[in-house]
Amino acid sequence: MDRQIKGVLGTKLGMTQAWDADNRIIPVTVIEAGPCVVTQVRTPEKDGYSAVQLAFGAIDPRKVNQPETGHFAKAGVTPRRYVVEIRTTDAASYEVGQEVTAEAFEAGQKVDAVGTSKGKGTAGVMKRHGFKGLGASHGTHRKHRAPGSIGGCATPGRVFKGVRMAGRMGNERVTTMNLKVFKIDAERNLILVKGAVPGPKGGLVVLRSAVKGGDVK
Amino acid sequence: MNTLDVLDEQSLRSDVPDFRAGDTLKVHVRVVEGNRSRSQLFQGVVIRRQGSGVHETFTVRKVSFGVGVERTLPVHSPIIEKIEVAVRGDVRRGKLYYLRKLRGKAAKIKEKRETAR
Repeated sequence: MDRQIKGVLGTKLGMTQAWDADNRIIPVTVIEAGPCVVTQVRTPEKDGYSAVQLAFGAIDPRKVNQPETGHFAKAGVTPRRYVVEIRTTDAASYEVGQEVTAEAFEAGQKVDAVGTSKGKGTAGVMKRHGFKGLGASHGTHRKHRAPGSIGGCATPGRVFKGVRMAGRMGNERVTTMNLKVFKIDAERNLILVKGAVPGPKGGLVVLRSAVKGGDVK
Repeated sequence: MNTLDVLDEQSLRSDVPDFRAGDTLKVHVRVVEGNRSRSQLFQGVVIRRQGSGVHETFTVRKVSFGVGVERTLPVHSPIIEKIEVAVRGDVRRGKLYYLRKLRGKAAKIKEKRETAR
């Protein structure tokens, strides 16, 4: 399977709005992307798969442990904060030490954005799973946001695995697919993507070319 | 200063006159019909101006054939050809929603008298 995926790492700066060619307001997320550096190229002969390892983000070299320091030294680059692998079949066209910038993408292209969503802490079923809750009136007593029934009684005599309940919400890896690149600002390493991107401002965002529905005619 | 102010600066207009709620504006709006565009005049009283930066919008109200018409536009929208301040109004509020209930002479706004200094 030939799948040439491009990727770049960046930090989310926030959202704003801009006007397109038809003077319509477009909500955009601004991502400061790169410059990333290639720290390793995975090949099928050596590693069993082909991928590019990208590193991004400033970090105090004293905070990097010895194994990682050695890994960056081997690639001949200064240590970075984040390291991510992008699976792509054209990994051989990359070289260790090569820079990947925002120009990997172009305006109008579809991309996927991967980020870590904002943590919501312990959340009830209405917020976490979109349950409707119980009635606001008609005698509902102290149960307005409760889930209702979670299963039968003597049969099966237990609660099935996987029943949606309250619990930790957010702070997990979320991918938003098929976002359109609105504009690239190569000078300031900015990528403007139409729509929202998971995560808080300042959070790490991995942008990669869309894996689904890109070339469907 | 916010992170994205530098980026937003590109889409800001510099030719926006100073106006506030109560002023009567002549807004020339570009209207695209098919493949040709023309300018349309919308004249009325500003009843609201809210937001800041690129997000800032204002609402102009006029009464046309007895029907109130309100139009909300971004201050920095490229579809606005020109904004002219026709009359400066003398009002004591930032939002003039009370005008919606008034008709005729009651809905008239006093013109601001420039204080001689």
